[in-house]
Amino acid sequence: MTTSPLRGKERTPRRIAFNQKLGRWDIKFSPYLYISPFFVLFAIVGLFPLLYTGWVSLHAWDLIGGQGKFVGSANFLWVLQQQKFWIALRNTFSIFLLSSVPQIIFALLVAAVLDSNLRSKTFWRMGVLLPYIVMPVAVSLIFSNLYGDRYGLVNALLGHIGIPAIQWHSNAIASQFAIATMVNFRWTGYNALILLAGMQAIPRDYYEAATIDGAGIFRRFFSITIPQLRPTLIFVIITATIGGLQIFDEPRLFDQNGTGGANSQWLTLTIYLYNLGWGQLNFGRASAVAWLLFLVIVLIGLINLAITRRIASNEGRKQ
Amino acid sequence: MLVSARPLLAHAHKGVTVKLSRRTTAVAAIAGAAAFALIATGCSSGGTTGATASNKPITLTLATFNNFGYNDALLAEYHTLHPNITVVQNKAATSDAAQTNLFTKLAAGSGLGDIEAVDGDWMPKVKQYASKFVDLASTDNKGRYSSWKTAGGTAGGKQIGLGTDIGPEAICYRSDLFAKAGLPTDPAAVAKLLTGDWNTYYSVGATFAAAKTGAAWFDSAGATFQGLSNQYQNFYEKNDGTVIAATNPDVKAAFESVLKASATESSHLSEWSTDWASGMANGAFATMLCPAWMLGVIQGDSPKVSDWKIANVFPNGGGNWGGSYLLVPTQGKHTAEAKALADWITAPAQQIKAFKVAGNFPSQVAAYTNPALTTATNPFFNDAPIGKIFIDRANAVTVTPFKGIKYGAINTAVQNGLTRVETGTQSVSDSWNQVVTDIKALG
Repeated sequence: MTTSPLRGKERTPRRIAFNQKLGRWDIKFSPYLYISPFFVLFAIVGLFPLLYTGWVSLHAWDLIGGQGKFVGSANFLWVLQQQKFWIALRNTFSIFLLSSVPQIIFALLVAAVLDSNLRSKTFWRMGVLLPYIVMPVAVSLIFSNLYGDRYGLVNALLGHIGIPAIQWHSNAIASQFAIATMVNFRWTGYNALILLAGMQAIPRDYYEAATIDGAGIFRRFFSITIPQLRPTLIFVIITATIGGLQIFDEPRLFDQNGTGGANSQWLTLTIYLYNLGWGQLNFGRASAVAWLLFLVIVLIGLINLAITRRIASNEGRKQ
Repeated sequence: MLVSARPLLAHAHKGVTVKLSRRTTAVAAIAGAAAFALIATGCSSGGTTGATASNKPITLTLATFNNFGYNDALLAEYHTLHPNITVVQNKAATSDAAQTNLFTKLAAGSGLGDIEAVDGDWMPKVKQYASKFVDLASTDNKGRYSSWKTAGGTAGGKQIGLGTDIGPEAICYRSDLFAKAGLPTDPAAVAKLLTGDWNTYYSVGATFAAAKTGAAWFDSAGATFQGLSNQYQNFYEKNDGTVIAATNPDVKAAFESVLKASATESSHLSEWSTDWASGMANGAFATMLCPAWMLGVIQGDSPKVSDWKIANVFPNGGGNWGGSYLLVPTQGKHTAEAKALADWITAPAQQIKAFKVAGNFPSQVAAYTNPALTTATNPFFNDAPIGKIFIDRANAVTVTPFKGIKYGAINTAVQNGLTRVETGTQSVSDSWNQVVTDIKALG
C-alpha cells in the first residue's frame, strides 16, 4: 500500500504485504480464535455426543452389551408407534405450558417490582434467587410431601376450607400442576433476575419523558419496559423452553417409583427415555427418543423465536 | 435386600443446575455412556488377576445399599484376620440407586466396587452379563445355601453371586386395631386365625372391615400381589425366558382376586410412597406382609407405635420376598482378594452378626441351627421370637419363582395396573387390558 508506484514490479512488496496480511488476519480471525475454546469444547461434549446418539439410534444397542446390528429407522418407528411416547409428548408440553407461561409472567412482575425504588435492594434481589440455590432434589422431596394424597399439607389446608382432597398422584392435570409448581418455585427468581438486568439497561430518560407526558405506571410498563426488554425476553423464553421440555428431576422424584406414574400421568419424554435406556437397557430406542426430543425442541425453539420477535417488535412499533 | 426400595435420591446428581445446558447434558449423558459402552466391549477381557494373593497392603471396596448389617466392627474383624487388607464400605441409599450405579459403571467398564451387592429382583438382569463377574464357587461355600438361592446366583455355569439374606414372609399386625375389631391379639391366636390360603386372609379381612375401626385390613394391593406372585414357579416367564405374563391365567386371576379384596380391605396407599410410610405411623392399616427385612422398615416408619406384632403364619404356607447377593466384577484390580472377602462375609457366622444389626435374615442353611439365630427376639415387635418365626417361615417356602431378564419391567407394568385401579383411575378390566399392552411393548 505504501510502496512507490513508479517501479512497483522490481520491488519486493510481497514480503511487506505478507506481514500486512498477517496483521489483517490477526484482526479478522483472532476474535474467532479467542472464542474458539467454547466451540471446541462444545464440539467435544455437545456436538459429538449429539451425533453419536444419532449413530446409536440406528442400531440395536444394549447399555452394557454395546453395539448390535444396524437396524436403520426401526428404533424410530417403534418409538413412534408407542402410545406411551405420545402420552409423554403430551405431558411434556402440558407441564411445559403449566410451568413456563406463569413462570415468565410472574418473573416479569417480580422484576418490575425489584426495578422500582425499594429499600435494601440487594436483600430483595438475593431473596428471589434463594429457591434457585436449593437442590432440585430437596425441592422435589419437600413438595412431594406437601402434595401427599392423604397426609399431605396441601390437601389438609384444602380440607380446612371445604375443598375435597385432590388426588395429586392419580389425576393427570393435578400431578402436572404439582410438578409445575416445583419448577416455578425454582426458576421464577432466576428468570426475574435476568429480566431485572435487562430492565436496568433501559435508559431512565424514556420513563421520565413518559411520566411527563402523563403515562401511568401500567402504560410505562407495557409501552416502554416490555418492548425494550425484547432481547432479554427472547433469551429467557428460549432457555425456559429448552429447560421446560427437558424436565426430568421433578417428575422423576414426584413419587417413589420415578417412572412417571401408574397411568403415565406425569411421564415426560426424558423419563420415557430414561426408562428405555436404564430400565430396559435398550440404548438404541432411548437414543431414538433423545433425537426426537431434540427435533421437537428445535422446532418449538424456532416457533418460539418467530412469535417472540413478532410480539416484541409489534409492541415496539406502537410507540 | 429391599425389593423396590424407597425413592431415588441417587438419581438426583443427574439433575442439572444450569438451565442453559440441560439439553447438552442430557444428550451428552446418553451418548457419553454409549461411547463408554463401546470402549468397554473392547477391554472387557482384562482384570482377572491370578489366584495368588500377595501381602501388599490393599483396600477393598464393598458396595452395598440400604443396610446390609455390615458394621464397622465386622469390617475391622476382617482387617484383623488379614492385616494387609482394609475394607471400605460404600452404601447406596436404595436398591434402585445401587442398580443404576451398577449398570452405568458396568457399561463404562470401570468404577465399580471390588464387591457389589445385587438385589435378587434385578439379579436376572445382571446375570445376562455373567462374563463380567468372577466365579465365586469354592469348596468353602459349597452347600452353603438352599438350592434355589444357589441357582439365583448362578449364570453361564458360574456361581457369580453369593447369597447374603433372604426374605421369608410372615404377617405383621397391629394388635390395638385387632382388639378394636374384636379379633384375637395374641400372636399364636392370630396365626391360628390366619392359617389357610389367601381367601382365609381376605375373609378375616372382611370381618375386620365390617367392624369399622377406621383402618384398612392391608396396606396396598401391590404389596399383597407381590406376596401372592412369589408363590408361583412360572408366573411371568417360562424357564426359557419366554414371557407368558399376558396369557398366564394365574396372573389375571391373581390380579382380579387381589383387586376384588382391595376394594373393601385395602388402605390404597401405594407401597413405598410417603403416604404409605405416614399411614404406617397413623394406623391406616392393620396387617401387612412381612418379609424379614420389612421389620426394619416398619420400625423406621412408625417408631412410636408399640402395638406391632408378628404372626408366625403366611397365606398358602410360605413365600420369599427379596434377598440379595454379593458379586465380584472382573473389572476390579484385586479380584482374588475380593472373592475371599465375599466368601468370608457371606459365611453363616458373619451373616448372623449382620442379622443382629439390621434384621436381614441369613440365607445360609447352617445358620438356622445356630443358637445365636434361633433365640433372637425383637423388642420393638413386643419381644417377638424373630429367629424362630423366620426359620419357620423359611422352611415353609416350597416354590422358587423363576425370574428372568424382563421380570422387573413386567412387574412394574402389573404393579402400575394395580395402582391404577386402587387410585380409581381405571376399572379392573381396562387396567388389565393396559397391562397386557404394556407387557407387549416390552418386546
